[in-house]
Amino acid sequence: MPENTKAVRAMRFHITRYNPESDPAPYVKTYTIPVREGMTVLDGLHYIKDNVDSTLAWRYSCRMGVCGSCGMLLNGHPTLACNTQILHIAKTDLTVAPLPNFEIIRDLVPDLLSMFEKHRSLRPYIVRADEAEINDPAGEFYQSPEELEAYLQFTYCIKCGCCMAACPTLATDARYLGPMPLAAAQRYNQDTRDGGRRERNQVTGAAHGAFRCHYAGECSRACPKGVDPAKAIQHLKRRLVLDYLHLSRRKKPCAKLHGPGQGKPLPNIPAAPAATV
Amino acid sequence: MRETKYWTWHMAAGVVILFLLGLHMLIMHLGGITHLYAPQGGEAVSKANSLFRDGQLSFTVTYILLLGVALYHGLYGLRTILFELTLRPAVEKAISVVLLILGLGLFGFGTWAAVTVHAIALAGARG
Repeated sequence: MPENTKAVRAMRFHITRYNPESDPAPYVKTYTIPVREGMTVLDGLHYIKDNVDSTLAWRYSCRMGVCGSCGMLLNGHPTLACNTQILHIAKTDLTVAPLPNFEIIRDLVPDLLSMFEKHRSLRPYIVRADEAEINDPAGEFYQSPEELEAYLQFTYCIKCGCCMAACPTLATDARYLGPMPLAAAQRYNQDTRDGGRRERNQVTGAAHGAFRCHYAGECSRACPKGVDPAKAIQHLKRRLVLDYLHLSRRKKPCAKLHGPGQGKPLPNIPAAPAATV
Repeated sequence: MRETKYWTWHMAAGVVILFLLGLHMLIMHLGGITHLYAPQGGEAVSKANSLFRDGQLSFTVTYILLLGVALYHGLYGLRTILFELTLRPAVEKAISVVLLILGLGLFGFGTWAAVTVHAIALAGARG
């Protein structure tokens, strides 16, 4: 059955518009467009740009909830435009605004630079003393499924900024690190291959770090990928306090298991067939 | 890590306050049931019972401890609220210094008061 036979409904999009070069302040402009079942908010914005107002600006890339570019405030909730069907959240009226807690570059495009600067300050990568091994790997760092499970959900973060937009602390304290960078710090602190926790503690334990979180939990509610940054921050606080009180176990990052071909083969495993290519 | 130290002590002070306020409730507001530290009988807030408690060194130490932890917990909480207003670092530093001086001043004054009352109670007990 062709898609265009689905019922069409008129939907009013109330979109926040703002061009810092010409507008003194953001304002709301309303567009009425036909929507049908299955249309995402991103589809609606494309319709407006193609057929109604070509000056509308927003950011998008993958259209499938992976790249984290199209985070915006839909009916007051920060989420991804590509991941949200219009008729799931609105009947006749839909408000679309840029993510709060960020400067606006234009219309629905937030300036995420502050978030990425905070993210970078936390060294969001594996930190090890044997840097040569990181740059030119010659072996394997073994990690058990349980050890992976401890931080796995935090690796699903796509840096869309929805958690930062939902955070009530960040709304008043612009210097607060925020849920996304703090969850990233926890992700690497928890990784058994990493040895950079003490360095990250200098940033996460600073005046505008993890201790400014009041555990409102809005970041976890807003995350379109199901990550729980609020949980990560509470783990981070716990670890900071244990480190301060010298109560945490000092674990070295896991050592390299062995190089290629140097491992001890398990018994009764038949040899691999000869290479055919 | 300095903030980690402040926050850890903030939490610890909260626990101490909880314990001491529980003690306060038991002695002052549930005295009719517990009859704790009220050797003169009657109300826990009567002058005779109050003078008895003020004359105990353990009570004077507890008053001073409660004052210290309550001031620290409260003033750190106030500092946290003020810091969430996106102030300039110089203003944050000034707030920290002012609150530190205020806290030390109030602690000194409260300690003087507790020690003085202790001395008066002892003098009264000796006749």
